[in-house]
Amino acid sequence: MGEDQLTDSTTAAGPTIATGEARPAGRGVSVGSALRGTGRPAEPAQNTIFDVRGLRVFYGSFQAVADATMAIREHEITALIGPSGCGKTTVLRCFNRMNDLIDTARVEGTILYHGTDIYGEKVDPVEVRRRIGMVFQKPNPFPKSIYDNIAFGPRIAGYKGNMDDLVEESLTRAALWDEVSDKLKESAYALSGGQQQRLCIARAIATSPDVLLMDEPCSSLDPIATLRIEELMIELKRDYSIIIVTHNMQQAARVSDRTAFFTVDVKQTGMRTGRLVEFDATDAIFTNPREKQTEDYITGRFG
Amino acid sequence: MAARAATPSTADLVRQSIQGRRLGFGDIAFPAALLLALLFALLFLATLLVDIFAKSWSALSGRGWSVVSNPLTLNAETAGLWQSIMGSLGLVAVVALLAFPIGISAAVYLEEYAPDNRFTRLVNTNIRNLAGVPSIVYGILGFTIFVRFIRAVGAGGGVGGKNLLAGGLTLAALVLPIVIITSAEALRAVPQSIREAGFGVGATRWEVIRYHVVPYAAPGILTGTVLTLARAFGETAPLLLVGAATGFFSTGSGNLIDKTLGPYTALPVTIFSWARQPGADFRSLTAAAIVVLLVVLLTANAAAIILRNRYERKW
Repeated sequence: MGEDQLTDSTTAAGPTIATGEARPAGRGVSVGSALRGTGRPAEPAQNTIFDVRGLRVFYGSFQAVADATMAIREHEITALIGPSGCGKTTVLRCFNRMNDLIDTARVEGTILYHGTDIYGEKVDPVEVRRRIGMVFQKPNPFPKSIYDNIAFGPRIAGYKGNMDDLVEESLTRAALWDEVSDKLKESAYALSGGQQQRLCIARAIATSPDVLLMDEPCSSLDPIATLRIEELMIELKRDYSIIIVTHNMQQAARVSDRTAFFTVDVKQTGMRTGRLVEFDATDAIFTNPREKQTEDYITGRFG
Repeated sequence: MAARAATPSTADLVRQSIQGRRLGFGDIAFPAALLLALLFALLFLATLLVDIFAKSWSALSGRGWSVVSNPLTLNAETAGLWQSIMGSLGLVAVVALLAFPIGISAAVYLEEYAPDNRFTRLVNTNIRNLAGVPSIVYGILGFTIFVRFIRAVGAGGGVGGKNLLAGGLTLAALVLPIVIITSAEALRAVPQSIREAGFGVGATRWEVIRYHVVPYAAPGILTGTVLTLARAFGETAPLLLVGAATGFFSTGSGNLIDKTLGPYTALPVTIFSWARQPGADFRSLTAAAIVVLLVVLLTANAAAIILRNRYERKW
């Protein structure tokens, strides 16, 4: 585990780290109740939500990510940055077992989520995904009404409360309610790209997740829509822990509390494997990186 | 303009270079040859249609609706297509009941559940090969398997197993690979991002398929199945081997089970047998039967096109 010195979560806490605000009580399932009692016992650091240890990802015989270790904290925005092919999206998709959908993908190492290994034998990936929502690179609303886009997740999860209220609340939190309140029955495809992406965020938070994973959520949006999503992320981190993959370093610097920098190592065989170089408070990564590679990347000398 | 002619300006040079068309032989001859090929193909179709309609005119104008509504007889002046049309509809119903649930299920398995490995690819390739097997081979298959099986279980219905059920089973086997292929294509057209969206909010594979993938693929599946039914409706050769003949008539009496297990005929088979009868009356009657068949097939194709244009989703 060569990166241990880079990812020491107990000493690297930056000034911007939010101190465990309480989640609003009320709706939703108690997080982790269904997961607890499985996997290995662990003693995570205070308010660490994901303890990633020795994560390696393979597609067939191709190794996409080498040995990443990092501790991700609650109520923070953690940014994963790095050049194309560095495995940051692959790592993100490990957090809600989305890589399970790829036949050839294989994940090694552990990701402790509130102390339980989400790759443990007894873990149900469907339950993991209910607690760890995802927003994708390209807005991907269902070809249904705006209302049904939001209601689908809660409905299949057996939500018993007032669905109209939940839809309104989710859309309001995603800063979309004012724009769509009078056309909830219209197709989600009638919305603009930025609105669609906020709809996808609303859909993700409608199931009361604990964590939001965002895979380059602004890459297909214009600057104004991007700004709205960024404001939204900062708003949402009071209630959620957010992990975001971004190509945009300014975006990482603007919104995130901690940043993981990945790079890609090209072997002689041509195999390109992503590697976590440095994980630290965002301020430290952007003003005083410990690694030369990080500095070269953030100053634009490579990548 | 003439005053500046001594040194041509940039504007003049540009105008000279971009004006005037330089068309070579190939620029004219190639599209002309392609157009000719197209016209040649259309000419055949037009000739066929004109010929059929001209020949059918005396029967259709002289007899009118009775060509369709009269029962089959060997008298060319009164013979009609009623049992043939009913027989063909019965066959299509059996095909729809059997081939669609099985074919669509197989497609959902192949596209949504089967791992992408060598075995799955082998199965896929072979389904495509099966779709290309000549229909007479399916007739033999129907005769050796379905007719004998139906006879063996005592459901032969007085025709030794060569009944409507055997015909329907044979046609179902014939179109099954096509149903699987078109349904699989419709399922594949649903983008992976939609599946990920479903999984992302905590849906199980079943829920993703049930609430998203299959509903979104349904228009494409439906279009494919309508075209498949049209194919079954027009198929002749395999039916000749599994009992469809003008020698047997499924009459208007009897319940549905008796009819299904009884003798039958089909529209294209009737065309085949009428075409072998002598006399101008039968020639015209044959042409009229072809017109009826073409009207049914073109209606089915038109319905498929309308369905596709109306409901197919652009991703």
